[in-house]
Formats: sequence, structure tokens, C-alpha cells
Amino acid sequence: MPNDSLQKEFAAVVGQENVMTGESDLHAYSYDSAVLDQVSPAMVVRPETSEALGRVVKLCNENDLKLTVRGAGTNLSGGTIPHSGGIVCLTNALNKVLEINEDDLYAVVQPGVITAQFAAQVAAKGLLYPPDPGSQAVSTLGGNVAENAGGLRALKYGVTKDYVMGVDFFDVNGELVHSGSKTVKCVTGYNLSGLMVASEGTLGVFEKLILKLVPPPKAIKSMMAEFDDVGAASQTVSSIIAAKIVPATLEFMDNFTIKTVENFRGAGLNTEAAALLLIEVDGHPAQVEDDASQVEAICKEHGAGKVTVAKDANQRAAVWQARRDALPALARVKPTTVLEDATVPRSKIPDMMQALKRIAREYKLTIGTFGHAGDGNLHPTILTDIRDKEEWKRVEKAIDAIFDEALALGGTLSGEHGIGLAKSKYMHLEYGTAAIEYSRKMKSVMDPKNILNPGKMLGPLLT
Amino acid sequence: MADIKRLAGMLQELDDLLTRCMRCGLCQAQCPVFARTGREADVTRGKLALLSGLSREMLTDPAQVREKIDTCLLCGTCEANCPSGVKVTDIFLRARAILNGYMGLSPAQRLIFRRMLPRPKLMNALLSMSALFQGLFSKEADPVIGSSCARFNAPLIRDRHFKKLAKKPLHRQVPSVDTPAGASGLKVAFFPGCLTDKIYPGVGLAALKIFKHHQVGVYMPAGQACCGIPALSSGEADAFSSLVRQNAELFSAGKWDYLVTPCATCTATMHKLWPEYHRGSLGRVITDNIMDVSQFMIDVLGVKPFQNEADKTPVAYHDPCHLRNTMKITAQPRSLIEAGGRHTVAELPGGPSCCGSGGSFNLKHYKLSTEIGLEKARAIGATNAPVAATGCPACMLQLTDMMSREHVSIPIRHVLELYAENL
Repeated sequence: MPNDSLQKEFAAVVGQENVMTGESDLHAYSYDSAVLDQVSPAMVVRPETSEALGRVVKLCNENDLKLTVRGAGTNLSGGTIPHSGGIVCLTNALNKVLEINEDDLYAVVQPGVITAQFAAQVAAKGLLYPPDPGSQAVSTLGGNVAENAGGLRALKYGVTKDYVMGVDFFDVNGELVHSGSKTVKCVTGYNLSGLMVASEGTLGVFEKLILKLVPPPKAIKSMMAEFDDVGAASQTVSSIIAAKIVPATLEFMDNFTIKTVENFRGAGLNTEAAALLLIEVDGHPAQVEDDASQVEAICKEHGAGKVTVAKDANQRAAVWQARRDALPALARVKPTTVLEDATVPRSKIPDMMQALKRIAREYKLTIGTFGHAGDGNLHPTILTDIRDKEEWKRVEKAIDAIFDEALALGGTLSGEHGIGLAKSKYMHLEYGTAAIEYSRKMKSVMDPKNILNPGKMLGPLLT
Repeated sequence: MADIKRLAGMLQELDDLLTRCMRCGLCQAQCPVFARTGREADVTRGKLALLSGLSREMLTDPAQVREKIDTCLLCGTCEANCPSGVKVTDIFLRARAILNGYMGLSPAQRLIFRRMLPRPKLMNALLSMSALFQGLFSKEADPVIGSSCARFNAPLIRDRHFKKLAKKPLHRQVPSVDTPAGASGLKVAFFPGCLTDKIYPGVGLAALKIFKHHQVGVYMPAGQACCGIPALSSGEADAFSSLVRQNAELFSAGKWDYLVTPCATCTATMHKLWPEYHRGSLGRVITDNIMDVSQFMIDVLGVKPFQNEADKTPVAYHDPCHLRNTMKITAQPRSLIEAGGRHTVAELPGGPSCCGSGGSFNLKHYKLSTEIGLEKARAIGATNAPVAATGCPACMLQLTDMMSREHVSIPIRHVLELYAENL
């Protein structure tokens, strides 16, 4: 617990009104969106300038205070759950878009800028910032970079890492490290910006981000295809890609999710369908027409019962409303919603769906699955009640089983939610111990006192 | 510590409601208070976590939690947009009642909620006296808006620009009405609400003029009590029930088809909270019969926006949260503005948002309320419309203060007044 004189030092750096030590304020930073145990920090600070941010990092290091940087706190793997006795540093007062460059197609932002607000400002200039994680209405760009957030458009446009051109960050001593460039090409030194991506707050504290922008597509077409067999839906996904068409978005919903969404919204989805594919192609108008009709034909070849192509903006909105409703609708079924993001090569989706069915049966759980079929990133969603201790044990076993299965199919533990606290114990299963040791050694040099979000990603605290 | 256990036990009744929150944090995009402070304990997710923490004995100081729970406008925007459907208003109202039961109200609040508010006649008499003397303490601030400010440093008024109490409240201009249904074949029970009665009687008169024009019969009994929201939002369930009982008995005695009010907050309270929180019978007053006046005009009477090519005056329309979020009423007031044929709706830049009034929130958190309100005033100013309108007298009061201070010097009208002008 930082003593009074230390509190005063922090107050001198960020201003008294930006230091929180009251029990209630601290409790409000003891969690994020992951279903994990809460831990209250000893102090929360909210710097309003880059300079203050750097000095907070330095003060923490000098005084051996564990530091957890927090944007909107929407992390799904516990990456922003702080340490008892540690400091939470908020970035949401560092929320300026410093530059949007229309000639060179980049933007410079502070880490606390909200993703959707940034995307809207970029769109107002006639450009596109494609990463669109589910929490974009509130998530911060700093958090997106620290977690390498994905989203619906990842199949064609990639994920956050594909848009990070540079990261300026503070090292543990509060020294500002510049990396990357505003140029498309840059091979000056190590790719430190790349190292910062998905570092989950363990290697440095972001001060500024340079992000890539692209011209938006001139035309968009959306459609919804119903299948009476999950295998056929999944085969369709592979065939679309094999036909050299890369849709911007290719989403999947299983029968349980379809029924739940229909129950929630009543928009007229076919609750008999075993699976729905929601597909969007974009690009040049002529190419979009061509791609859309090919995709429609491929869906039908694979036995799609009905393919609905959106004729106007309203119909397109209806298609995506169904997808956006998936999580809210599932979340209303039971008190606790565990959203996983194990990811497999897209050809393995039928196997993964089979495995999920088996796991749900074996552990007597309700699992609804939707997700990004185009990139193999499924979101099996376990509907439970954490207060039911016996069921919660089965949930934990089911999560283990889901990871085992994803790895056995050549997949990965996390497509877009991060490792954090929730999945660090599985890391060795995917990468073996050498990768973890290499990472730990690297961290031990850059952060010798282990103050930067310790215990996240690399497992239990290094001592 | 034994005491905290007792409080935790009392909060257990909220457990099922609280567990619904999956802590996605999307309420951060909706909360007007969080937008100002950026603090998690000010946003819904944080407040719910605090209540949950208190009920699980993870926290030791209920006073800090109460302060946070009170820092809420009850605008309902988070609830209307919550992915997992958390019943936020319900939780906060129940929590306020529990925390007040445990910690007690201030003496002033006790006096108001237990002695004065439940006695409509006493309230009317006290406020009539105040109306006589208010000129001594106030001076004109903006003649177009009709605002006043304190002549000298007054503790409650501070630097507010307020709308003065009406010289003659509605209940003295029109003590009661009971007219039969005319050609429309409809009869409404009319509940003006406290603010219409005591500060904006013109809104009540406009409503009566409209009903007469459309040949709608009116039942407006004397002796109406407050709808109860100030009591309930301060955690005073008994005072609330006493007010609801008086109104339910009064209105059940008449014959009418719909019970209508010109106040968004009264409508929402009567529609959603009377059936939920009143311990006792509501008589004939049932949810399906309770409507906002503009909703009644458009959905029941079938009044249509006026189509012509004439030049129209733009009206900056502010959506009251209790119509937009609680009642899902956004189209009808807009249609009514355009139904007179002389006005067209000018939408506010940045879309609809709370004006920062929040009833007693304005009294307890005037600084925050002002920050939120001044932004609203600037949005209204940015439309360059020569007149502003809304559907809630409480919003009108807040807009008066904020627009007067921000020098957005245009009249603030109720949509009913705009429509009635054309009749």
C-alpha cells in the first residue's frame, strides 16, 4: 500500500483530483469483462498528459509498485485485473486524435482514444480504419493494440496488428522509446512496435500510436444463407475461399444461437436451420456484384435452403442485427456468460463444432456457438450461473476440454481475447516451455523489478 | 461488522438482478455522468459492482456506495442499450430504498418526503406563499427564455438561472374539469403533474385547449398528488405509495378512456413504476391506459404531420430520457411539432442525450448536472433554430437554466404549446 507521502508524490504528478484511494473507487477497478476473481488495487491514477503518464511509470518502478494500465476495462481474459497493493493507471484522459493524414494514410493517436469514435472521425475524412472488435463502442485503441484485438472484418482486412505502424512507449524507467514510422516501409532497428502488439501491458506503457488507414470499399453486399447441416455450412466457407473470393466478413451461428436470437428479436430467422452463414463482400461495384452472385451459387451448391441477399441498407442492417444480437441474446439465457475464443484453421470448423457438441453433452452444459467462420475464430459461449458451484466445476473442465480440442486440431488458445490471467496456464500446451522461458527472459531484462502487469500471459509471478 | 452483515443480507434481494450484468462495459458509451468524469464508479457497471461487493461483504463503507448510487440521473439510457438486459432503474431504486432504510435520510429530506409531499393541499399552500415572495429574492436573467437568478448569494439557488413559480398555478386557474366525450368519442383523465401545475400552467392550458379542439372529453379532478418519483428516487417507498394511493383513488372515481400527462417523467413513473412499486390497488389506473399526451394525439387520435410547401420554422427538439428510453416515444412528439403546419424538427448534433436534470440529481450534483446541461444547451444553439421544444417540464426547467447561462437566447416550449398555437 503506497503510504501518504507516496500518494502525495502521485498527486503532484497527476493532480489530486486524478488520484483515487477510496474503497469504492478501488473496488470499481477490481475487475474487467472476464469471469475471474476480483482484486482491488491500492491506488488508481488518471494522468491527463503524456508527461504525467511517463512519470507515473517511473514512480511505480522506483517504488516497486505493480502497474496495470487500463483503458475501458473490457478485456475478456483478465488482462486488466490489477494486483493487490498495485497501481491502476487509466488512459481514458489521454484521448486525443493528434493527426489524421489523408495524403499518407495514417493517423497518430493517444492510447485512450475510443475505437468507434476514432473510426467515425476517420470515416468523416473518407477513409477506413478496419479493426472492429465487439467492444469498439467503448474500447480504447491502446487496449486494442495491447491485446491485438480482432473483429468481424478480420478475414479480409486483418486484425489490429496489421494497422500498427508505430508505437511510442515508456519503458519501466519512464524513458520514452520511439518505434516504427509513418512510412509504409521501415526496417530501422528491431520491430519494437510489433513487440508491443499483444504485449498485454507487460513490456511497456503506450504513449502514442501510429495507425494505418485504408480507402473504404466503394460497394458492399450482404447476404444470409440457411443450412440444415453444420458440415455443409462449413464446407461452404472453404469453397468460397477456394473460389478465390475473400469476403470482408463471414460469420456463423449455430442452431441454439439462431433460436435464442429469434426468441430475443423475433426478426423471422428460420429456427429449424442447423446453421446460418452471414456473408458480406465489398470492393469495386462490378466485382462485388460478381462475387455476390458466385457466393450465392456456392451456398446453393452446398445445399443452402435459402439465401437472402440484402437489397438495400435496411435489409443489410437486418442481416447484421442478427449477428450483433447473438451475444446479448445468449447472455440473457443464464446469469453468467463465459465467452471463449479458441480458434482453429477454418477447414477444421466442422470438427470443432462436433467437439463442442460432445463437450456440451459430456459436461451437461448449454453452449451456444457463433463467430467468425471465415477465420476459424469461433465463440463457444457457455451459459451458466457462477453461483452454482457444482456446475461451475463442470464449466472449468469444459473450458479445459475446449482448449485441448482446439490445439489438437492445429488451432490456437486465443484468436482475439488475449491470454491474460485466464489462459496463462494453457500457454505451454500450445508453445511448449521454451517459448515461455524465452519470453520470461526477455521480460526480466526489460522489466527487472517485474512491475509491468506481472502474472499476465507468462503465468505465475516470476520471483 | 455485524451491521454490514445485516445490510449485505438486505441487498441479497438484488442478487438475481445484479448477476445479470456480464460486465461487458458497453454502458460506458451511454452514461452522461461517465462521459464527464471517466471514472468507473460513475458508470453503471461500476455501480452494479459496488452493490454486488457490498452484498458480498467485500466492502466496509456503505456511505461511499450510497454516494455513488446517488450519482445517477436515472435517465435509463444504459438500460435501454444494455446487451444483457440488466434492469438498472429497478436495481438503483431498490438499492436507494435499502440504503436509506439502513442509513437514514437527512432531516430535510425526511420533512419533505414524509410530512410535505404526501399532502397536496399543504404543498400547494406553501408554494403559493413562495410564489408571492420570490420576486424579493430574484431578478430577471434572460427575458426571452424567461429565466431569473438570485439577487444575492443564496445557498440553494447559487448561480442557477431558474424559472420562477407561476403567479397563478393551474389548479387555481382551472380547479377541475369534467366534460363528456365529444365527436372524437374519447375522454381522457388529465394529470398535469407538479411542474406543469406550479411552474408551467401554460402547458396545462395548451393541453386543455387541444382536447377541446379535438372534441375529447376531460376528467381533471381537484386535489391531485405528485406522481411520487421524487420520493421513490430518494428511497422513500412509503411516501411513494401514499401518493400513488391518493392518485389511484382520485382517478378511479372518474370515467375515462386514457390517463394522459404532459410530463415525460410522470408518464414513465405512472406507466412503469406505479404497478411495480405501489403496495396496494391501482383501481382503474392500469399501465395500458397511461399515455404521454403526444402519444395519445398521434397514436389514438390519429393527428398527422401537416404536409405543405410553406416555409417552416425549425424547432430544436430535445428528447426527454423518460420518453425516449423508458417509454420508447421519439416519433410522436416530432410528428406533433410538425402537425401544426408551421414548424419543422431540427435534430440536435450528436443525437439525443440527457439534459442532466435527473430531478434531485440536479440538487445533489449541481456541478455535474451543469456540465452535462451546458453541452446540451450548446447542441441546441448549434441548430440555429429560433425555438427549442421538449416534452417534459423537468427538462424545460433544466434547459432554462443551461440555455440562459450559455446565452442560447431562444424560447423553450413544450410541444403541446407549439401545437396549440395553431388551433
